[in-house]
Amino acid sequence: MTQALATSAPASDTRSVKLVYFAWVRERVGLADEQVELPAGTETVLDLVRWLKSRDEGYAAAFENETLVRAAINQTHVKPGASLAGASEIAFFPPMTGG
Amino acid sequence: MPLTIRIQREDFDIAAEIAALSAGRRDIGAVVSFTGLCRDEGGTLAALELEHYPGMAEAEIGRVAAEANARWPLMGLLAIHRYGRVAPGEQIVLVIATSAHRRAAFEAADFLMDYLKTRAPFWKREHLADGTIGGWVEAKDIDQKAAQRWE
Repeated sequence: MTQALATSAPASDTRSVKLVYFAWVRERVGLADEQVELPAGTETVLDLVRWLKSRDEGYAAAFENETLVRAAINQTHVKPGASLAGASEIAFFPPMTGG
Repeated sequence: MPLTIRIQREDFDIAAEIAALSAGRRDIGAVVSFTGLCRDEGGTLAALELEHYPGMAEAEIGRVAAEANARWPLMGLLAIHRYGRVAPGEQIVLVIATSAHRRAAFEAADFLMDYLKTRAPFWKREHLADGTIGGWVEAKDIDQKAAQRWE
């Protein structure tokens, strides 16, 4: 609780997070990673996806199908509804094809 | 339980890995290994290129291995996954499970592979024999269904 309070910024502030992209998500976005200021009101992964889509055509193409692209927060898989509280690194990537 | 996870560019030696897992032990009764190879189905593939998420790849396989260790009485687990360029016929992935009895070792290796395919952050792209770069390999429903068997 203390930690959550310490990291939550005042309402007027923005919060900086690192975004990382892999495979065709990386290619469509045109970047491997970037540091962004989360706009106010961006509380979940899906909020972030929708904001990214509005930035330019590359992001719009990468996140064309909102439910196809997978996400991880701080290197752990999360669902689209997951909260961004405590997130420092948020990754977006296609369904995995290893093994 | 001894756990080994390696994400590496280099090839691996299956016999050496099995020997390392069983060295100095008298209680292991079963060693099950699975090796995944790069496969060319139509004579069109020059190589697969594997991209991964450094850090998360190790962490996620570690989480899957911990689940396997909680479900079966294992004596050791190993997972090696390569990244970079791999040619048809070359090894991509190795999973080894050891236990006192075969059932646990078989099932744990199967479980680890199923989850490795659907949860470990790796992506394959094709490089074609004609020199062009092909598409990213698409995830298969059959792999998702295989993983769901364990739920």
